[in-house]
Formats: sequence, C-alpha cells, structure tokens
Amino acid sequence: MESFLRLFTDPGPASFVNFKFLPKYTPYFVSGIMNTLALSVVSVILAVLPALLLALMRLSRSKAVQRVSGAYIAVFRSTPLMVQLAIIYFGLFNAIKLPNVTIGFIRLNSFIPFVVALALNSAAYVAEIFRAGILAVDSGQMEAARSLGLPKGKAMKLVILPQAIKNVLPALANEVVTMVKESSVCSAYGMAELMWAARNVAGTTGISIGPFVLVAAIYFCIAFPATKGIEAIERRMRRGDQR
Amino acid sequence: MATSDKLITVSHVTKEFSGGSVRALNDCSLEVSKGEVVTIIGPSGSGKSTLLRCLNLLEVPNSGTITFDGTVITDPGCDIDLHRRKMGMVFQHFNLFPHMTVLRNITLAPVELGLKSQEEATAQAKALLERVGLADKADEYPIRLSGGQKQRIAIVRALAMEPEVMLFDEPTSALDPEMVGEVLDVMKELARDGMTMVVVTHEMGFAREVGSRVIFMDSGHIVEENTPQEFFAHPKEQRTIDFLSKVL
Repeated sequence: MESFLRLFTDPGPASFVNFKFLPKYTPYFVSGIMNTLALSVVSVILAVLPALLLALMRLSRSKAVQRVSGAYIAVFRSTPLMVQLAIIYFGLFNAIKLPNVTIGFIRLNSFIPFVVALALNSAAYVAEIFRAGILAVDSGQMEAARSLGLPKGKAMKLVILPQAIKNVLPALANEVVTMVKESSVCSAYGMAELMWAARNVAGTTGISIGPFVLVAAIYFCIAFPATKGIEAIERRMRRGDQR
Repeated sequence: MATSDKLITVSHVTKEFSGGSVRALNDCSLEVSKGEVVTIIGPSGSGKSTLLRCLNLLEVPNSGTITFDGTVITDPGCDIDLHRRKMGMVFQHFNLFPHMTVLRNITLAPVELGLKSQEEATAQAKALLERVGLADKADEYPIRLSGGQKQRIAIVRALAMEPEVMLFDEPTSALDPEMVGEVLDVMKELARDGMTMVVVTHEMGFAREVGSRVIFMDSGHIVEENTPQEFFAHPKEQRTIDFLSKVL
C-alpha cells in the first residue's frame, strides 16, 4: 500500500507526478503529435480507394470476386496490427528502396512503410464501413436508376455511392480516431510518433512513468473531443435527413 | 389486330422466390398492344407487382419469355439496359434521388446516357414540369416536396426518357388520400395522349374509367381479363366476384 502511494508522492523517477523531463523534451512530444496525426489521417485517406474497391467486390455477383475481397478482409481483421506491421516493415519494405526525401516534417523513407501498413489494415475495416453504407441505401434507388436504363456501374457511381458516402462519413472520421490510437504500435519499429516520443524520453531521462502519463493525456485530448464532435455532426446530419 | 401492334408479350412466365419455396407467378401469359392502358388488380400477394417488375426485368423470371418491341428480353444475351430506356417505371415509393434537385433527377438519365445535351434535357424537363404543374419546383430537392408532387416528378423523370410504355407499380398507394387525385389526373392525361400503360393499382375507379383492359390476379395466376365494362359488370370467376365484393 505504501509503495503504491509513493507512486503519487515521491518525486523520484518511477512516479506519476514526475514531469521533470519537461520543458526540455517538449519538442519530442510536439513532433510526436504531428507524426501521429499525419500517420492516421494519411493512412485512412490512402485506405479509402482500396476499401471502396473491396466493398464493391464483396457486393459483386461473382462468388470468386466476393471471396478474394472476403479473404483480404478476414486476414487483416483476424491478425494483430503489430504482426502485420512487422511483416510489411521487414518483409515488403526490405525489398523496396525508398527515396530519402523530406516533405514538411515527414521523412518519406521512414514514414511510407508505416503508412502503407496502417492503410492496408484500415482498408479492411473501412471496406466493411462502405459495404454497410452501400447496403443502407434504399434498394428502390438502384431499381429506379436501372429502370431509367442506367447500367449498373453508372447507377452505382451517380446514385448509390453519393448517398452511401454521406452515410459513412462519421464512421470514416471515427476510423481516423481509431488510427490515432492504433498507430502507437509503430513506435515498436522506430517510427517517431507520439508513443515513440514517450519511450525515447523515458529511456533517456530514466523517468519511467511520467512520459507515458503525458502521452495518455494527449491521446485522450485528441480522441475524446474528436469522437464527441463526430457524434454531434452525426446528430445534425440525421436531423437533415428526415424524409 | 396486326401483330406489329403488340408491344409486350409475356409467355408462360413463372417466378419463384426464396429458392423455389414461394411461387409468386405461375404460368402467366399476357399481351399489351400499343396505346392500351392495362390495369392489373388483385389482393395483396397475388403477384401483380411481381408481374409488372418482370416486364422490365427488375425481377428475372425463372421460366417463360418476355418480348418487348419484337425482342426477347429474357434472352441471356439481351442488353436489358437498352430496352429499359423505352420502358418508364413509376414506383409506389417514388424513389426520387434525394441528393439531386428535381431538375437533375429528370435530366440525369438522358444526359448520362448521351441521348441529349444538358441544355436539351433541361428544356424538355421544364416543359414536362410545366405539364404536371410543377414548373416552380425544378431547383428544389425531393425532401421539400409532398408525396403527390414527388410522384408527379417521378412520372416526369420516366417520361423524360421518351418511353414507349409506362409501368406503374401502385403509384398512389403511398399517398395521402387528398393527393391521390393529382397523380391520377396526370396518369389520365397520359392515357388520353395515347401512352401505352400497365398499371398495378388498387384504384378501381381508375381501372374502370381509364383502363382499356383489366387483369385480375390471384395467387400468382391471371384469373380473368376483360374490358372494364364487362369485368366490373359481369365478372365470370368466383374469385373475381369475391374480390370485387370486398373492394367495391
């Protein structure tokens, strides 16, 4: 009990209240936040097109096409992201030489493997979001479009998808929030995002708890308001939708 | 009647749902000539909507053939999209595209299929809207319209493809009673102008006054067909008599 209490009172290295690494190491956390946000936003954006393709494949008439998409989704949803990351990072990008280019604060050669891995993972989840969004569009919409003589592809593109995408925007935004948290696994392979900043600062200063408490607070301050904001937008969209 | 007058020929069509456990249509045969207004009536679940939806292959029959304008559209090799352009369809629940303005709803198919330029399509849409008394609604979204207005727009959307036949699937069933009249009026005018129409309806008044032929369906069969005068005055089949005694 006493040793537990000391976690909060003792100013030593293993303490919840020891933030002495600040302000010296603040830049680590700032660039960590930027990298985390870049990773999550870019990976979900990159996931959108493959996810749309996977969703359409799952809704295809051909059983074989359905199965290819189903298999992809099953593999990525039924294995840990950490493992996928390892395989893609050490396997795929071992063979590919990336250019040593920096865009803004993003160093492409270290950024790309992670963003690709996260995007491939996210595509499986976003595909299911899209599929649900497409199925949620009233079947009469497709019938009306086809009855006018529009081929299936055109009907999908002009009539179904615009309505489906509006339906799935909140879920897509939630996927970004999920990615903000999930992208912390990238720290294991040296991606300098938020979690990596905490590990690095803890390792350098020997202050073992404080940096992690700080990043927990930062993750929370990003994810919680974002989730609440998305819920509010969703409620407003539903009000506008009443027919 | 010359064979060239036959627009639609349905021959021994059977349609099953749920892997054969439900037989919605049982050996139905039917002919529709140019300029005819055929009304299909019958109790719920009798297969009348299924029969109508088979005409433009929204439902694909399990057996039998459907010929439209000389082409067997039930042939697997037939490009149904081309024939659907010539068959306007109006649904019970309107099925307007909610994310498009009224004008875009109407011009979408003619423009996207390359049949008209946007300007031509817009001019035609405005003329059609004028005809149904909704010229001022061109830039509204469907959500802002009443049921009767939506259904008139849906009719205009189908007419914009300049179809040879109009298929109506219970077009007034989802409407508030005071809006039924405005939709029926548009349909009557279409009939007067010589449009070929197949109408699934519960409106016996429409079947009697506007229809040139009435088809009565029950449990997937075409039970009886006749001119409206004969059909309502002297029904032959017992099932027809039972049905009419309930609805009239």
